[in-house]
Amino acid sequence: MIATGRTVSGAWRGLSPPGVFFALLGLVALLVPFMTLAANRIVAGEGVPAWSVAPPAATLPGLAAIIAGLCLGILSGRQYLRLSGAFLGLGGMLWLLMRGAPALLEGAGEYARVSPAIGFWCLLVVLMLLMADALAQMSPGPAARAALLGAVLGALALILWSGVLAPLSIMQEFGSRRAQFADAVLRHLALAFGSLLTAAAIGFPLGFLCHRRPRLRGAVLPVLSLLQTIPSLAMFGLMIPILGWLGDSVPGARAIGIAGIGFAPAFLALVLYSLLPVVGNTVAGLASTPAAALDAARGMGMTPTERLLRVELPLGLPVILTGLRIVLVQNIGLAVIAGLIGGGGFGTFVFQGLNQTATDLILLGALPTVALALTSAIVMDILVDLARPTRKVSA
Amino acid sequence: MIEIDSLTKTYGDMHAVDNVTMTVETGTITVIVGTSGSGKTTLLRMINRLEEPTSGEVRINGEPTHATKPHLLRRRIGYAIQGHGLFPHHTVARNIAAVPRLLGWDRQKIRARVDELLTLFSLDPEAYRDRYPADLSGGQQQRVGVARALASRPDLLLMDEPFGALDPIIRARAQDDLRRIQRQLGSTIMLVTHDMEEAMRLGDRVAVMDAGRLVQHATPAEIIAQPATDFVAEMVGDVERPLRLLSLIPLSELIEDGTAPGAAMPAEASLRDALAACLWTGRSAVPVTVDGVPAGRVTFAAIRARAELHA
Repeated sequence: MIATGRTVSGAWRGLSPPGVFFALLGLVALLVPFMTLAANRIVAGEGVPAWSVAPPAATLPGLAAIIAGLCLGILSGRQYLRLSGAFLGLGGMLWLLMRGAPALLEGAGEYARVSPAIGFWCLLVVLMLLMADALAQMSPGPAARAALLGAVLGALALILWSGVLAPLSIMQEFGSRRAQFADAVLRHLALAFGSLLTAAAIGFPLGFLCHRRPRLRGAVLPVLSLLQTIPSLAMFGLMIPILGWLGDSVPGARAIGIAGIGFAPAFLALVLYSLLPVVGNTVAGLASTPAAALDAARGMGMTPTERLLRVELPLGLPVILTGLRIVLVQNIGLAVIAGLIGGGGFGTFVFQGLNQTATDLILLGALPTVALALTSAIVMDILVDLARPTRKVSA
Repeated sequence: MIEIDSLTKTYGDMHAVDNVTMTVETGTITVIVGTSGSGKTTLLRMINRLEEPTSGEVRINGEPTHATKPHLLRRRIGYAIQGHGLFPHHTVARNIAAVPRLLGWDRQKIRARVDELLTLFSLDPEAYRDRYPADLSGGQQQRVGVARALASRPDLLLMDEPFGALDPIIRARAQDDLRRIQRQLGSTIMLVTHDMEEAMRLGDRVAVMDAGRLVQHATPAEIIAQPATDFVAEMVGDVERPLRLLSLIPLSELIEDGTAPGAAMPAEASLRDALAACLWTGRSAVPVTVDGVPAGRVTFAAIRARAELHA
């Protein structure tokens, strides 16, 4: 890997340009409020800069860790150091939150709430970009990426479970909605993964038929593209009268949960959105076989089924899996909007929070959605890599 | 023996292949040569039923091809194409093993056959077995493609412009390899090309196609000496005819007693090579060796006299 820093002359040699950029952004982010203290969960809070969230003796190690982490990120060529810099910075931020939250709450009143503020989120983004940049340069193999993902998720779970962040407002919102939250997780997963599996069950055969019959492809893909252009709110809205009518007029439909609002219309809308990426990528994947290889396969006496299973499918698998990745990430995000028509999931908290102007309740819905989408994207990327036909053992 | 009997293929009003009849002897190379659109590829593809004939039939060792299901027929006929058509997701060994696997050979037998073929094509099995096609050079890919086509010891090998994607030096080497391997295995080969030079070099017999018709089917020497139509003459190249003819005749045919100055040439070299040597070095004869032993000479005058005979 050629470090971009090499092309820069003189004193800049050995520095990573993105690293320098991240460090500057990070330092600016340190100057804006790191946490907010509010009198209760509704009113706007007052920003507190990172160095005064707690007495200097308590904030200093955290600040030092963040600055040191940003500085490690500047070095080019040593990607392990840059990666550990990102983790060191994140550790410093965690430290500031752990020390700052109880210190700020002390004597601030019974209903007072502390939350991470703009500075915290900016730093989080900067450090994650640094991490992504370092990882991109290291280009770890599928196994290494899976291990790293596991370690990060494990650490996150440990931090949340240990209760060190319990004083934060978002954790208090969580604390008063444990049962609802567990329900929302299951609903969200059922919506996102259920619609993915349903779309795959319909989309794979449909994609295969489109591949074999160009005329069918000409008819199906435009219709699916049209579906994709319907705005998501409108789509969910459209489902209400359609499924409401079905639920009322078809005997037994209501008994299996088909109604204008709730899980069924949300699920159906997500399935419709998923069809284009699944069918489109299945067609593109199957068509990606080199024409000469296909001609050779026919010429050596493979039947159509043998050609599909031995040649077209293995060669198209990365593209087909990429389609599933698009669908999964898209549906995890879209399922939030399902909350609006009573579909459940993390969207419930987002819309409740919007109604109550309780920012931390919105975050209680939004942050798990983002985490779930990121995790799914990384896992699917690993699967796509594993499916690559000529994957090198060492890669 | 392959008998092609009144084979015709029409697309609408267009005759891609028009009533072609020819016989290919077992153990020979027949090269079908023509310009693009002459129907040569369609003719080839009708033999393994990648295209179904509109009328007429093909018999392999007396058995009509339409009596067998197409995919079973094709497993008995090797097929190698331009741009090799290797499966990019399979290793070299698995590519070569493709047809034996379809035929259900056991592992040991397949492995032995793969190693045997790699060795035959001068690729070290240890080094190449587990590589992917993308890791090979163009010439190596082409060799693996031909090895794959030969894997199940087919009755017949069909090749559609197999060397079209290779540079001239690699192509000449690939042609020599094919000739050597064909002699060694006694395979029956039908090869399509647009390159008359290649046809002359490889073919025991050459079939010239023009606008769907077979205009001449003869030995290379006959094609040069007596082109059946103006088109064939044009394909051979009027100006180059004497040189093409000389390139088909080995020195051994004109060898005579006597000595000559300068570097010796082996008896297998062609008269064209000897002519070139005479012209280039200003000699009137070149010394000839048989198996490395001096055996006489070939004179410039004898070459000239031979060229005037035409046939």
